[in-house]
Amino acid sequence: MTLKSKDLLGLKDLTEEEIEYILRTAKTMKLILESKNKKTPHLQGKSVITLFYENSTRTRLSFELAAKYMSASAANISVAASSVAKGETLIDTGKTIDMMGADVIVIRHSMAGTPHLLAKNVKASVINAGDGMNEHPTQALLDMFTVVEKKGSLKGLKVAIIGDIYHSRVVRSNIWGMTKLGAEVCVAGPTTLIPRELDKVGVKVFNTVQEALIDADVVMGLRIQKERQKKGLFPSLREYYRFFGLDDKRLKLAKEDALVLHPGPVNRGVELSSAVIDGDKSLINEQVTNGVAVRMALLYLLTRRDNVEGSN
Amino acid sequence: MLRVVIKGGHVIDPKTNTDSITDILIEDGIITEIGNIDEDLEALNCDVIDAGGKLVLPGLVDAHCHLRDPGFEYKEDIESGTKSAAAGGFTSVACMPNTNPVADNESVIKYIINKAKQDGVVNVYPIGAISKGQKGEELSEIGELKFAGAVAISDDGKPLKSSSLMKRALEYSSMFDIAVISHCEDLDIADEGVMNEGYWSTIMGLKGIPSAAEEIMVARELILAEYTKVPIHIAHVSTELAVDLIRHAKKRGVKVTCETCPHYFVLTDEACSGFNTHAKVNPPLRTQKDVEAVIEGLKDGTIDNCH
Repeated sequence: MTLKSKDLLGLKDLTEEEIEYILRTAKTMKLILESKNKKTPHLQGKSVITLFYENSTRTRLSFELAAKYMSASAANISVAASSVAKGETLIDTGKTIDMMGADVIVIRHSMAGTPHLLAKNVKASVINAGDGMNEHPTQALLDMFTVVEKKGSLKGLKVAIIGDIYHSRVVRSNIWGMTKLGAEVCVAGPTTLIPRELDKVGVKVFNTVQEALIDADVVMGLRIQKERQKKGLFPSLREYYRFFGLDDKRLKLAKEDALVLHPGPVNRGVELSSAVIDGDKSLINEQVTNGVAVRMALLYLLTRRDNVEGSN
Repeated sequence: MLRVVIKGGHVIDPKTNTDSITDILIEDGIITEIGNIDEDLEALNCDVIDAGGKLVLPGLVDAHCHLRDPGFEYKEDIESGTKSAAAGGFTSVACMPNTNPVADNESVIKYIINKAKQDGVVNVYPIGAISKGQKGEELSEIGELKFAGAVAISDDGKPLKSSSLMKRALEYSSMFDIAVISHCEDLDIADEGVMNEGYWSTIMGLKGIPSAAEEIMVARELILAEYTKVPIHIAHVSTELAVDLIRHAKKRGVKVTCETCPHYFVLTDEACSGFNTHAKVNPPLRTQKDVEAVIEGLKDGTIDNCH
């Protein structure tokens, strides 16, 4: 099996089989990660460039390590210190990277659709590491990987996602991915942070955190950005925590063996109580490890695609 | 005498109530006959344009265009803009004042008129700005704009935030009998959205512009037009409620006219899917129910023109 597209732009475009294939490959990659010498030749002779127009710690490092563990040449472009700061367009920057022989370009940008535009203009495979509020497919893949690792499958599971749904690209990718794998996705958050007509995309929307949490198998908190408060979307972090914060008491509404996820970075005492973050249901640290495994799988599958097809 | 015959086209001319396949005779640049011309055309010694299978229309008027000249010639200028107008069948265009400098004074209006005489291929009618620099703070010299040749005033693209300035603009402009055109958009609610807020913006994670942004401003302008008894023209109507508000105001006797554009009655926001920036317009493409309401508005005369 090979992935249909040269790029990974979003989970909206992947089939159920493709997602499962990526998750299966990631399982093998995790074995490599857990071994003493984290080095394989899978990506020898390949180059991976990260092009981040937005700040990132974990995603960027995760991609870079994934590439290096598999012997690829990896390089970062720091947008602030590059030609971008001199006014170069995205397409021109992309073509320049392409002409230097990049096999994969990993891009993050504050505007939705940017990776799609880049992908149309370069030969390299483009991986979307987050585009505006649209998608963050590798985050959702690592979330799904984490759930599947613990629960065996997503089929029939109830997943409750709580927080700023409107601005979250993590939610959108998870909605596409998890529903394709048969989960029931429920969301809850302040009504000012729920996008319009979300119920029409096949998820259940609740106004209270309690309703969303009842009998959930997976509970995911989302980062709340303080800037949203200034724009009048909610009155205070304190009130947010009071009505939507995930603490031990609320978590009791979910199933006994429910898993707690968060894409990070976490605001302790805002989205989740410290007790929940550090508690035994929390998989937040494992998510980070799984992120590397999932990205290794993707880099491998996308670059392998070239060899299988014998062309670019 | 120079004679031209346009032969066999589908001629549509509301003025003579013509809507049929027929011919047109032009003598020295003036249409002298619409109807089947059976005479021997060679004997008449005239040029014949074969219009078989084509529509033949009177020159169209675009009451709302952007020539971007002066200031943004890299986007469009008077030559390119009027040539595209002509290519699309438009023989007269009225151009909006959001140029650089803004067409808020006599000299910019005169520049546009003179440049159009020199480089333009269709009639150009400049529209002046309501407020100085389109800043929404002070009125432009509306009287001077009118006498320089402006046919209307508008702060197109940057609607007046201040209701009190809009009220004064209507009152003051009435002295000079000049049309006031409003681009209705509450910029606070629009809040830098990039497409219609709804299912498609949610799916693509794009910031939406609520239809309410247009409707709130339409309501304000209708109320001010009724209060001041001064006519107002609402630009590019795109939502169901906006059409309904205007229909209601017309029933109340408010002197309101309005326009729409073809994309608001043939396309919906679904056209933006796949990040198709060709479908990015302002106001944004709306939903099916809005498309149907705009068509209804055109049919019942609520919407006066289309460009």
